[in-house]
Amino acid sequence: MATVETALQTRPRPQIVAHEARPEPSGWTSWFTTVDHKRIGILYMATAFVFFLVGGVEALLMRTQLGTPENSFLDPATYNSLMTMHGTTMIFLFVVPMMAGFANYFVPLQIGARDMAFPRLNALSYWLFLMGGVVFYASLFYSPPEAGWTMYTPLSSSAYSSGGGVDAWIFLIHLTGISSILGALNFYVTIANMRAPGMGWSRLPLFCWTILTFAILIVLALPTIAAAVTLLLTDRHFGTHFFDPTEGGSPLLWQHLFWFFGHPEVYIMILPAFGIISEVLPVFARKPIFGYKAIVVATVSIAFLSLLVWAHHMFTTPISTVVLSFFFLSSVVIAVPTGVKVFNWIATLWRGTIVMKTPLYFAAGFIAFFTLGGISGVILAIFPLDWQLHDTYFVIAHFHYVLVAGAVNAILAGIYYWFPKITGRMLNDTLGKISFWFTFVGFNATFLVQHSLGMDGMVRRIYEYESSTGWGDLNLISTIGSYILGVGVLITVVNIVRSLKRGAVAGPDPWKGNTLEWFTESPPPPNNFDVVPYVRSVEPMKDIRRQVERDTGSPQRETELTYEEAEPVGA
Amino acid sequence: MPFTSRRGLLAVALLAVAAASLLFAPAALADYLTPESGGGSRNAEDIDTLFKWVLYVAAVVFVGVEGTLLYSILRFRKRKRQRDAVAAQIRGNTSLEIGWTVGAALVLVVITVVTFIKLPGIKNPERTGPGGATAGGPLFATIDQPNPPGDKGLTIDVNSQQYLWRYAYPNGAYAYTTMIVPTHTTVILNLFSQDVIHSWWIPKLGGKMDATPGYRNKTWFKVTKEGTYRGRCAELCGRGHAEMLAYVKAVSPTEYREWVGRQKRLIEQANREAAQQRRTLSPIQ
Repeated sequence: MATVETALQTRPRPQIVAHEARPEPSGWTSWFTTVDHKRIGILYMATAFVFFLVGGVEALLMRTQLGTPENSFLDPATYNSLMTMHGTTMIFLFVVPMMAGFANYFVPLQIGARDMAFPRLNALSYWLFLMGGVVFYASLFYSPPEAGWTMYTPLSSSAYSSGGGVDAWIFLIHLTGISSILGALNFYVTIANMRAPGMGWSRLPLFCWTILTFAILIVLALPTIAAAVTLLLTDRHFGTHFFDPTEGGSPLLWQHLFWFFGHPEVYIMILPAFGIISEVLPVFARKPIFGYKAIVVATVSIAFLSLLVWAHHMFTTPISTVVLSFFFLSSVVIAVPTGVKVFNWIATLWRGTIVMKTPLYFAAGFIAFFTLGGISGVILAIFPLDWQLHDTYFVIAHFHYVLVAGAVNAILAGIYYWFPKITGRMLNDTLGKISFWFTFVGFNATFLVQHSLGMDGMVRRIYEYESSTGWGDLNLISTIGSYILGVGVLITVVNIVRSLKRGAVAGPDPWKGNTLEWFTESPPPPNNFDVVPYVRSVEPMKDIRRQVERDTGSPQRETELTYEEAEPVGA
Repeated sequence: MPFTSRRGLLAVALLAVAAASLLFAPAALADYLTPESGGGSRNAEDIDTLFKWVLYVAAVVFVGVEGTLLYSILRFRKRKRQRDAVAAQIRGNTSLEIGWTVGAALVLVVITVVTFIKLPGIKNPERTGPGGATAGGPLFATIDQPNPPGDKGLTIDVNSQQYLWRYAYPNGAYAYTTMIVPTHTTVILNLFSQDVIHSWWIPKLGGKMDATPGYRNKTWFKVTKEGTYRGRCAELCGRGHAEMLAYVKAVSPTEYREWVGRQKRLIEQANREAAQQRRTLSPIQ
């Protein structure tokens, strides 16, 4: 009969010669000097969440302006700045760093490592990200950029955007870009070298697989935008003419360079979301993930294809039909691996014993509405249709279905799923579900009608429209929806603040999870694990629970979540 | 609070309504679900048709996926009495997975095929109709598309600028903002920009095309119904982007010939008067 000893084989303890024992730094200043992956992860997530709220307020201001025709709440300059800052914030200061935050906290825990491979580099990544945000938002005090987050030349050239806002944006791209590339190298090295004994590539948790792919995509795509913004900077200040048509430069060059980065960036944002969903679903369906290998293959093929589709953002530019057809075909092909993932997720739920907790709600919301974003994506990839739909609210609706119904739902699922591990306390489940329904209704009210507005002729990035267009009603619905969505997010904020002190105590493994982060205490100690178990499958915690059951004879009821008894009644 | 069946039913009902409205959209609602058309221009009509075909395929996929998802959640959620039920420990099914991969690929093959069936009608300019105006200026077509058949048609140079459109006609006349065109005549637009990128779009008359500085881009339409068609610049071009409106006014070929001749005379007359005034006002004689 096997014993706990053999199941929980320990690694040979590394020999460390300590010359002196310094006391752990404590107090608020220790947050500035920390190199602990968990504290850096918290810094990333908290900062990104603040930027999420800022970007959300910017969105609400824009929606307020657009709620009625011929509104004069915002002037065009303010509107264009808000629009530029909203896009830039949500992409560079919220979704990507939020994913990096989750990865920072959970990749080492999931693979049974003590920390990231390069802890100091990790701290540098965070501070570069924060400085990128500070440099960008400092432009509020002189002249915020107005050329949209895509910064198309010549509009972003010094002739048409003379203020310093575009330069602030360029420095944001550089700082957050270096931050992301350093972080990506760190994740790659950590996952490649520091996995627990027994954790081969086919036992790597799916979240880590997506972070590995995310890291590779960052390394491939971000240097392109770094080069492009450097060319823009020299065009603006040092007399070069890379993008200046009057001197033989080409505005189309900017679009190619930008989208060669910009499309992989979409997958940089959404692949970790796929990872979170692939972690949450099997835990709450109490059933293994369906088609682990298919999901891994789909992840890697999506990443590969994402590097070949950039010109589908340029279907209305002067390009020949052969080229358009290539990018049409390469773009629709992505729907195959993405569809495979959706089918695998639904098959994971199929015949499960689904425990209806908040993370599962957000994960199900993700599948439901990310699918709609995927379908509208196929429609947009068909270039004759894109000639009508390009640069309209249909496109806005499409990518918000991908990034809000997709990435934000996954982030909220991740927050509700991992909050107990990070803080040791549960988020309130009832408040979580209320938050879900508000975001669900608000989101669809905001964005579903925008498909129609786009097809009816409403183009993007206009700060007002005439009442004779007839767009007023749908825009009002959209604006009301955006406030409902805002309330939904706010409820989660309240839940977080409230649960930090008053949440039910979680214990090490409140959900009966599958992966190693649930093996250690909540919150984990600075060294993460005293012993690292030998990994025998993709669900090491399930193996450990079975082992305990065999050894002690006490049944480890798989569908009973342990924390429920601890949650105060009526909380 | 569990996912109650009342909520579940509500969600099912809402989805069913959404699906039904997609599938059986009455004419009044069709406008909300498909791109604009109705000026009689073949490109816009064909885009509309292609969109509907794709939408039907998409609706089937959407209803299938959402239906299965909802059914799974409602049917397989843990019930109170199921204290210790362990779910089926299924890890995958190779033939099923190959099946849906091939299935998804086939759906995309269908979409690709119908797209390439409809593409020529959208991209290639149509022949000018029997009642159309006769040629004025060389006939060009979009980048690599064929010239319209026949020698009749009209080419208009569209100079886009912050925040106006300037239309130059073959006879030397020009106009701003409102473009007057003859019906039943293939109109080729020669798009360029003198400052930043703009994008020409009249939704009822087909897709948009960018006017990129340093490049020439071309598009076309052929209006069969007289009337005024509204559109606007579709690419962010600065603070006045929202005000950069464009109108196409389709009139009968006879009316068009009268207008373009009159417009040319008026411009020439105004130029002569301006030259006269310059001579009068100039201090150096």
